[in-house]
Amino acid sequence: MFESLSDRLQNTFSRLGARGRLGEADVDEALKEVRRALLEADVNFKVVKDFVGRVREQAIGENITKSLSPAQMVVKIVNDELIHLLGDEAVPLASAQPSPTIILLVGLNGAGKTTMAGKLGLFLRKKHRNPLLVACDVYRPAAIKQLETLGKQIQVPVHSEGTQVSPVTIARNGIAEARKNGHGVVILDTAGRLQIDEALMQELEEIRAATNPHETLLVVDAMIGQESVRVAEEFNRRVPLSGFVMTKIDGDARGGAALSIRQVTGVPIKFLGTSEKVDGLQPFDPPRLASRILGMGDVLTLIERAEENIDKEEAAKMQKKMQKGKFDFEDFLSAMKQMRRLGPLQQILGMLPGMSQLKLDEHINEDDLKHIEAIIQSMTLEERRNPDIIKQSRKERIARGSGSELEDVNELLKQFREMQRMMKGMMGMMPGAGSGRPAPTNNKGGSGKKGKSKKKKARAPQLPGARPGMPGFGPQAGLGPNSSPSDIESMLRNMRKDQ
Amino acid sequence: MFRRLFGGDDRKTEQPEEQPPIEDTATNAEHAPTAEQPRPQARLFASVDALDVEAQRIAEAEAAAARRREQSGLRRLFGGQERTEQEIQREVAKTTAAVQKTRSTGMFGRISDMFKVDQLITPELWEELEELMIAGDVGVDTTLTVIERIQTEVERNNIYKASDARALLKRELVQLLQVDQPQFSEQTTKPYVMLVIGVNGAGKTTLIAKLANRYKQEMGKDVLLGAADTFRAAAVEQLQTWAERIQVPVIAQGQGADPGAVAFDALQATNARNADVLIIDTAGRLQAKYNLMKELEKIKNIVSKRVPEAPHEVLLVIDATTGQNGISQAKAFMEAANVTHLALTKLDSSAKGGVAFAMVQEIKRPIKYIGTGEKLDDVAVFDPEAFVDALFED
Repeated sequence: MFESLSDRLQNTFSRLGARGRLGEADVDEALKEVRRALLEADVNFKVVKDFVGRVREQAIGENITKSLSPAQMVVKIVNDELIHLLGDEAVPLASAQPSPTIILLVGLNGAGKTTMAGKLGLFLRKKHRNPLLVACDVYRPAAIKQLETLGKQIQVPVHSEGTQVSPVTIARNGIAEARKNGHGVVILDTAGRLQIDEALMQELEEIRAATNPHETLLVVDAMIGQESVRVAEEFNRRVPLSGFVMTKIDGDARGGAALSIRQVTGVPIKFLGTSEKVDGLQPFDPPRLASRILGMGDVLTLIERAEENIDKEEAAKMQKKMQKGKFDFEDFLSAMKQMRRLGPLQQILGMLPGMSQLKLDEHINEDDLKHIEAIIQSMTLEERRNPDIIKQSRKERIARGSGSELEDVNELLKQFREMQRMMKGMMGMMPGAGSGRPAPTNNKGGSGKKGKSKKKKARAPQLPGARPGMPGFGPQAGLGPNSSPSDIESMLRNMRKDQ
Repeated sequence: MFRRLFGGDDRKTEQPEEQPPIEDTATNAEHAPTAEQPRPQARLFASVDALDVEAQRIAEAEAAAARRREQSGLRRLFGGQERTEQEIQREVAKTTAAVQKTRSTGMFGRISDMFKVDQLITPELWEELEELMIAGDVGVDTTLTVIERIQTEVERNNIYKASDARALLKRELVQLLQVDQPQFSEQTTKPYVMLVIGVNGAGKTTLIAKLANRYKQEMGKDVLLGAADTFRAAAVEQLQTWAERIQVPVIAQGQGADPGAVAFDALQATNARNADVLIIDTAGRLQAKYNLMKELEKIKNIVSKRVPEAPHEVLLVIDATTGQNGISQAKAFMEAANVTHLALTKLDSSAKGGVAFAMVQEIKRPIKYIGTGEKLDDVAVFDPEAFVDALFED
């Protein structure tokens, strides 16, 4: 769905042709793509304008070096600038003396304040800061109950007074209780409100005046669009912010609002909310957010998604087999299924830095994969477990059964053997067996022996892998023997650039 | 090498790509689609004559007002039920009021102003227009497409005044929102089963309360709610609190229960009590989560098995502040649960919900409702013409 910025720039520059130095025309052409990428990531258009202006200044006149192509150079400048603007390093949560530290959570409806309150509560409890949650949302039905339920889950006490008391009073009483009971931190959960709702914004000002928070955090949904700027400006004007947190970052939103909000308010990003689980909280990570905004691959998201969606036991078993080089077609099928859980192929590939430049579309297409699957499914269980027994007559049967040509079967077998050889020297791909919610297993392997009977003009089903292995899972990840030097070179360059 | 292991998108293999949601509607006389009411021929912005735009605009305004009085989009959407003049006007006023907020601060207000000035069409005008649309979350692709189309029209018709391009823009925007979607009649389908879906925090539960209230108060329907958001803390209680306020029963099993089982129970109860409408609330889910999207498919299948043709309405709820991720949401939810309609919530905010244009185009499903506030009656039926019309009202 997203064409990455690197792809686009690559295209732009190949159209322009390589020159010794980035001229104004080249840069302006490239910046059009930068602008577009940022807008698609929901960075506010005014912020985009400023940003593009800064990048332009830096890019014009840059010498094109041997190690970086013009496209890579622009990407590097853009990426560096983005990281710089997002904030070079994380700013820790305030810690007030004397305690308690008071944290006020504010934001639009449905941004995820209450969930964030729970996550912060757990985070601080683990840091032995003895937090207290205070339920100031008296408007949304069952909001208090939600905080209480979360409190129970994370074993953090919750101060609540029902819905008939004013939020200002609740906040004040909550802090008094925290003082009395020696809590280190008070987290005030407030009702969601539109920044244009005068009455509710006034109420927020009153809460702030009554509690004097050390941290006023704006909670922002990663999916928010251009409006982020106005929302942030207005909240910041009414209740000066000390930082903001971005939630729902575990989705596929690019989160460009982070840049917008950072730009218009100047306050730092403090946390990212990942997943609906109470421990889904991460300190802010500028490079990660930058490559996400640019749509340039986000290996961490891929890994997280893998952790959430892949059957751990199955993965661990497979990993062992791989290390021993005992990887059969059964495992191959199962691996294909596991991978599919991560999302559409193109999206997964897009998350791997550098993958985009390998022009994968030409090598991997979903039909080929289905074709491969059909061939494997036309094998008997014995053949799958021990491919060596597949000789001529079996090959012919398999080809017939899967509606493919003999040469396709040969090709698959050849590539599979090659893959088996490489397995031994390769690092584990999947996160090692760990805890987590188990995903349902559905790897029964040999279901459906029919395969595809449709006769279509068979193109040799290329195992999509005659090229480097897992770039992005660490530079040491296996490189296939077929990788051409230039691929590896450009891949490594990309990794340096993207990471 | 690992790339060899990447499987394709099995969702594609499991689900036929093109699968019109309620195909049999047309053939089933009982469920005659209500959307087939003939549209009044006085189409807004239908033709643009460069010399006569002003006069036409007045005529249009009159025609629109008359049309609203006598019909309005509401009848189309509410099963041809006769509504009083008052009701209709209240409805239109609600849409207008919500949109007015957008207008005064937002892009459409400015676009409107821009075209009003009696100036010539210049390259700057297009640039400014582009910027305004992007600022309204319309998105780069849609914006460029719309502008390109208007530019072509302008050239073809020798239009040189900016004000003349205005009618073209309106027409273009209305057209983007108009997609035909056959639908079951809420009047004659019994039980009418709705599945309400969307990402976290979109406003599903609140919208459900509003719709339940509407069905009950305004249409006299016997409504039942199914609390299938069993994941989020206190989601069930949230729905129950609303239900108490509007006095409709809720079928729930509490947190942690299997949402499919809740849906099943709710369908049983609907049949047992002979209720007219069942609205099933589901947990918010981000579309990138494979397991959760699969769960949604499962809930939908359970519903279909129990009541043929159900769910009659699969409503995807979108927060109007959403940016370009809306498109990804539309695609993914379409694939998992075959969305029939969209609902745009929080339109009382300063956000414009411009991504809705792209979403409607992406999945070819119309917007049915807009949420315009936090009160129970802050919901209005969405009508593309009335909506865009209100955006451009002077």
